Amino acid sequence: MAFDHTDVKKIAHLARLAITEKDLENYSSSISNILDLVDQLQEVNTDQISPMAHPLDATQRLRKDIVSEKNERDSLQLNAPAIENGLYLVPKVID
Amino acid sequence: MKVKTIAELALGLARGDFTSTELTQYYLNRIKQFNNQTQAFITITEDQALAAAKQADTCIQNKQAGKLTGIPIAHKDIFCTLGIKTTCASKMLDNFIAPYNATVVEKLNEAGTVMLGKTNMDEFAMGSSNENSFYGAASNPWDLQRVPGGSSGGSAVAVAADLAPGVTGTDTGGSIRQPAAFCGVTGLKPTYGRVSRWGMVAFASSLDQAGPMARTAEDTALLLNAMAGFDEKDSTSANQTVPDFSANLDNKLQGMKIGIPKQYFAEGLDSNIEQTVQDAITELGKLGCTFHDIELPRTKLAIPTYYVIASAECSSNLSRFDGVRYGYRCENPADLEDLYKRSRGDAFGSEVKRRIMLGTYVLSEGYYDAYYLKAQKARRLIKQDFVDAFESVDLILSPTTPTTAFKKGEKSEDPITMYMNDIYTIGTNLAGLPGISIPAGFVGGLPVGLQLTAPYFEESRLLNIGYQFQQVTDWHQHTPDAFK
Repeated sequence: MAFDHTDVKKIAHLARLAITEKDLENYSSSISNILDLVDQLQEVNTDQISPMAHPLDATQRLRKDIVSEKNERDSLQLNAPAIENGLYLVPKVID
Repeated sequence: MKVKTIAELALGLARGDFTSTELTQYYLNRIKQFNNQTQAFITITEDQALAAAKQADTCIQNKQAGKLTGIPIAHKDIFCTLGIKTTCASKMLDNFIAPYNATVVEKLNEAGTVMLGKTNMDEFAMGSSNENSFYGAASNPWDLQRVPGGSSGGSAVAVAADLAPGVTGTDTGGSIRQPAAFCGVTGLKPTYGRVSRWGMVAFASSLDQAGPMARTAEDTALLLNAMAGFDEKDSTSANQTVPDFSANLDNKLQGMKIGIPKQYFAEGLDSNIEQTVQDAITELGKLGCTFHDIELPRTKLAIPTYYVIASAECSSNLSRFDGVRYGYRCENPADLEDLYKRSRGDAFGSEVKRRIMLGTYVLSEGYYDAYYLKAQKARRLIKQDFVDAFESVDLILSPTTPTTAFKKGEKSEDPITMYMNDIYTIGTNLAGLPGISIPAGFVGGLPVGLQLTAPYFEESRLLNIGYQFQQVTDWHQHTPDAFK
């Protein structure tokens, strides 16, 4: 399956990844090859087979709706690239 | 000092032959001596290690010591360690100081272990050679020109070069067993859910599993005893009773039925590795095991299924790295979209970006059913192969890898050749089963791993056979000359 430069650009945009022009060919050819490999799956009959999301088919465990974590904003924000008054700073999004 | 196992070191500490402080200093010195050559460690935590060792010595003096008290170990740099850099071998997290401990780290701390540092790995655990590390590839102690395997490569190197007697690793598609095989150490991937994933940087959540690596099955059992158990903080943690994994080591293997899957002894397997595995089969036969041909007919689906599911989950998990809350942020972003794109584009390595894109593609509108849903269905068929096989056998035996450690650069240009390395290990992850790799011999001076896979939650059986095999063989006792 061909995954061309336009596909790389489109998917890179969806994944919010900046890809340089010189890397387009590498990603296009390697992802095309991987998709060829993946296409082997189409030969398998999977009618009546339910998709498997968890090895033990476990269901989501529920917990009581109570506060279990304390507020550790200050220590968590030590890793933030830019903060001010406890808020995360990003470029302006609304004019 | 001659290379010692954790069990031997624990005895020495208990007898007062040496203190944990002396032992910790010994390993720190070795790390300093050999880390340039091996690149096994990303971070060395000398001050914390010596402080923890001092505390352990007090416990030992007060007769409050457990089996692991004062034993130095190292953690793969995928586990969050409070107040210590946790990079996942990525530029993205080069400046990330974890604000909490992973459950695995917490449990091993409680058991009294002393952390020496954080080991090298493939970026975000994506890779089979360690070459995808932002900090440079770790080297195989048996031949420094060769890869140690991955993604838990630095961990395997640390044990093989005797820079730590035991380590933690994680295994999503073979990332504990494959480097264990390449470096000649023992590595166990537990059943999915046996060990908590909390605080372990997520790659593919339905496949990721943490486990121990050490020289021997006996040591691996000691570490697993401390690591395993239900954790409320991990939503997929298995609420299962945790046995004493050391309890069955002495059991005789008489009557143990072992399945040999013919699909794992097919084209692509190095004939010398096949011979080494046959020799191991002969050895196990002498111990009373019987061997039975079995079929795992969907083996060839494992790699395509894995690369759809693991990439899909990685694209979702790694969306958290947005350059806003933590991690790398690009210089002078023009707007929010530019901030996201350049932060992620600059800080993720090429294999990580490739997998994010592949995952984004298979989950995207119009392709979800054909790829992702199809792979989830194929996954059930693969699991069913194993379930069917375990109707008639107690364990499944195979080589861990089709070849011994390859040269650096040999496969890094072609992702598919690299992916094929994991052909024997990936099925276990897709099914969620426990597996172990134990040293079984050498080919051309390089270690060969023997893989055993057990039914769900039967890690004890893997450790039992590993221990019994290691009573009659000495492959696990070899150390490369340069590191003696």
